[in-house]
Amino acid sequence: MPTSYDATTVWGVIVVAGVLTFAIRGSFVYLFGRIDEVPPQVQSALEYVPAAVFAALVFPAIIVPEGAVSLSLGNERLVAGTLAAIAAWYTERVFVTIVVGMGALWVLRFVV
Amino acid sequence: MPTVPPDLLDGVRDVMPLHLGIVPFGLVAGVAAVEQGLSIFHAIGFSTIVFAGASQLAMIELLGADAPLAIVVGTAVVVNLRMLMYSASIAPYFRDFAARSKTIASYLLTDQAYALSLARYGEDGRTDRFAYYVGVAASLWVVWQISTIAGAFLGAGLPPEWGFEFAAPLVFLALLVPALKDRASAASGLVGGLVAVAVVAAGVPFHLDIIVAAIVGVGAGLAVESLGGDA
Repeated sequence: MPTSYDATTVWGVIVVAGVLTFAIRGSFVYLFGRIDEVPPQVQSALEYVPAAVFAALVFPAIIVPEGAVSLSLGNERLVAGTLAAIAAWYTERVFVTIVVGMGALWVLRFVV
Repeated sequence: MPTVPPDLLDGVRDVMPLHLGIVPFGLVAGVAAVEQGLSIFHAIGFSTIVFAGASQLAMIELLGADAPLAIVVGTAVVVNLRMLMYSASIAPYFRDFAARSKTIASYLLTDQAYALSLARYGEDGRTDRFAYYVGVAASLWVVWQISTIAGAFLGAGLPPEWGFEFAAPLVFLALLVPALKDRASAASGLVGGLVAVAVVAAGVPFHLDIIVAAIVGVGAGLAVESLGGDA
């Protein structure tokens, strides 16, 4: 679905996200000497962010493709995503994961 | 002719195998931008100004879904929070850099640049740290820009029935699997994913799913950790 936001608004999002991302990257590099390390509790919490965030970006896209939960074999994204997950587990490579996932989607869509 | 520092070349050489790995990711980031109705210039803007692939892709998806702008930006911050750890852990090695070098190094900080540089600093104390880092990080930057631009041009010509929008969740899947390194992170992934599904299926407005799932998922990871489930 194409966005309804106009070009200028999108530029605003890019700049604000860019500034905030730079602030995250530079934070401790600039603060070194004043704050030298992340408190242990915060560090533990940060360690779990990638797993939670990436799962949140994956699960709905394959389990809720059309706005309703679909756990049937008729859900092509669920089947293709599961095969891609197996590929990701064994190879840990982005390219292989994409090839297996897209390939499975096309087989289900155009062949089966 | 000025000579290129050998440590910079070492950085480029060490990161080369990873260059190939980010090409498909960059292509998808470019394709996704065009598929969601953004221009090629926006795709380039995301890659140069934000320069953080997972957050770029998440923002592009949310913009395509017309999510509120605060959610778009907030989600990007959550996706990039992990870099706070990298910043803290690499900061001691950057403490003697000039201000401008600190700025360049911060801007170029990525998962790959962090991991390779920290490993090198640990094993060779005499490394020219900035040169090595730039070799790794700037060459990644160049490959990232080229692949995003290529993806944006490619995306304009892709037939919609091929469903290339599915490549974005596949990239996230490839990032998710290595993040599940122990029982606590597996719990945080499983809970985060299921919470996101519940939020989306329940029709909660404003695309809050990623932010809510991150909070609950991290909580689940911490709970498992405190129960001693580190193994």
